[in-house]
Amino acid sequence: MKNFLDFEKPIAELEGKIEELRHLSGEGDFNIADEVSKLQDKTEKLLRQTYQKLTPWQKVQVARHPDRPHFNDYVAALIEDFTPVAGDRCFADDKAILGGMGRFRGYSCVIIGQEKGADTGERVAHNFGMARPEGYRKARRLMELADRFSLPVISLVDTPGAYPGVGAEERGQAEAIARCIDTGLGIRVPLLSVIIGEGGSGGAIAIATGDVVMMLEHSIYSVISPEGCASILWRSAEQTQVAAEALRLTAQDLLGLGLIDRVLPEPLGGAHRDPVETIGRLGDALESELKRLIVQDGGLLRRRRRDKFLEMGKQVTP
Amino acid sequence: MNWLTNFVRPKLRALVNRKSVPENLWDKCPNCSQLIFHRELETNLYVCPHCNHHMRLSAEKRLKLLFDGGDYHRIELPKAPADPLRFRDQKRYADRLRDARARSKEDDAIAVAHGTVGGIPVVVAALDFGFMGGSMGMAVGSGIVAAARLAVTQLAPLIVIPASGGARMQEGALSLMQMPRTVVAVQEVKEAGLPYIVVLADPTTGGVTASFAMLGDLHIAETGAMIGFAGARVIEQTVRETLPEGFQRAEYLLEHGMVDIVVTRRALRDTLARVLSLLLRREPTPDLLEPPRTERLPAGRRPPEDNAHVALPDDTPGA
Ligand SMILES: [Zn+2]
Repeated sequence: MKNFLDFEKPIAELEGKIEELRHLSGEGDFNIADEVSKLQDKTEKLLRQTYQKLTPWQKVQVARHPDRPHFNDYVAALIEDFTPVAGDRCFADDKAILGGMGRFRGYSCVIIGQEKGADTGERVAHNFGMARPEGYRKARRLMELADRFSLPVISLVDTPGAYPGVGAEERGQAEAIARCIDTGLGIRVPLLSVIIGEGGSGGAIAIATGDVVMMLEHSIYSVISPEGCASILWRSAEQTQVAAEALRLTAQDLLGLGLIDRVLPEPLGGAHRDPVETIGRLGDALESELKRLIVQDGGLLRRRRRDKFLEMGKQVTP
Repeated sequence: MNWLTNFVRPKLRALVNRKSVPENLWDKCPNCSQLIFHRELETNLYVCPHCNHHMRLSAEKRLKLLFDGGDYHRIELPKAPADPLRFRDQKRYADRLRDARARSKEDDAIAVAHGTVGGIPVVVAALDFGFMGGSMGMAVGSGIVAAARLAVTQLAPLIVIPASGGARMQEGALSLMQMPRTVVAVQEVKEAGLPYIVVLADPTTGGVTASFAMLGDLHIAETGAMIGFAGARVIEQTVRETLPEGFQRAEYLLEHGMVDIVVTRRALRDTLARVLSLLLRREPTPDLLEPPRTERLPAGRRPPEDNAHVALPDDTPGA
């Protein structure tokens, strides 16, 4: 583990101790082995305690954790013959949204998602997962391609939001997002969306209008970042944690409000502790949903998808 | 990413919403600070006679100015769940809502009505920036859905007039889901073969722009209207440079291909009537299409303040 969050410090200390003891221990040193095992139990207990009751703000931090698996990690592990496409045929190729064709567990499919990047260089190249209009137009192209060839679409959402810049505005950021939503709600093939990290507002919903929308256990999905909300409604950055709570942005909140269909459990201690296990679980969930959806009539799928979004929020009672 | 909901200029709201106005009242233009005789402001459609500043309008005023003879029927909108998240910032959302309702005598930031424009039956949904910044929560989303359904039932074109700071943060992700909800509403209108016209009023930003407001068959903007996705301040902080002149104004969007026509408020109704009569292959109704107050001049020689700025170069035939 390279990065620890503030509230993970006690866990980090325990793990540090375990590492030290392991270095000390020789072959057959039962005392040390025993001590290590005890510390491991303690670590696991602490992890369980911590992750069972993460506050919304802690979830925000976990959702943004740099070691959390990103779009490229899922594609590398789940998609065979991945063939990326580039560009919006108008202006540029936006690397904040990636996508292409590939084979997911035997199914030819289209996969789209935001990529935040794994290190500083990559983060800059992918613009921290904040797409410009070109990204949404590329996503649209891909959804239309899928529709034309009856391929299911998988979208993995992980973005702080659409990029706020002069060029993005001039080239129609709002129009690009609106059309992307329009296309996602219009295609006659299965659309499976998963919020894998941060579901940041309009930039997220643009590709998250799925027949089934899932969220990883510690991912978040919000109309505004807690920081932005605090600065507008409280006029104070210090109220960020309070805003995170008020916004009801956790996967559990969204499920409770009936805005998503399913929460996918993460391994103990969060997706960043065990990316392989996380990716495998997400793959299994996608496969089961895809099997269910792919046999359905395209027109019916589309009608149900649209009805689902039309009905959203109607049953919510405070 | 503009979630501004509570930056309504109180002065302006007072100006526009004032109920009983003494005869001798003077108002001050928020743009040029000149004094305007209230009666004059009213006959001038709340456009400053000195600087042509188009003041923001309540939904009710909007409807009155748009429909033929100021005649229309408002429909009752479905009740939205009030304060579904029990949201509280410095103030409780429930209290903000109550105050906004008391002030505006409206349930939320949208009004839907049907009537005729230039003799053509239409459905209009107008957003009210004075009501919590025209922000879109369940109520506004449901209002757009209801307007779309009414248009489909009546086989009438749908005109939507957004004026909104974006999503209503106090409804959390529920407000975000109004983006797909309203997009479905627009799809229903389009699939019924009916025109869907967006009249972008000042300001139109955030999740409203990025959903139903940018999906029109035609985008008509009121002159000077601020239209964008991200707020200017957010962009300034991100790019750390001064923004270009006229950035996110209607004319700027016209230049960048995001709107079709920029009009003055005075020319709005005629422009709508004209495009609808063309789309629906109807005969023009000459009386109603005559621009009020000005003589009809040959194309290209109309006075600039009453001329619709069409997205065609001046030398294009027929422009
Ligand atoms: Zn003025």
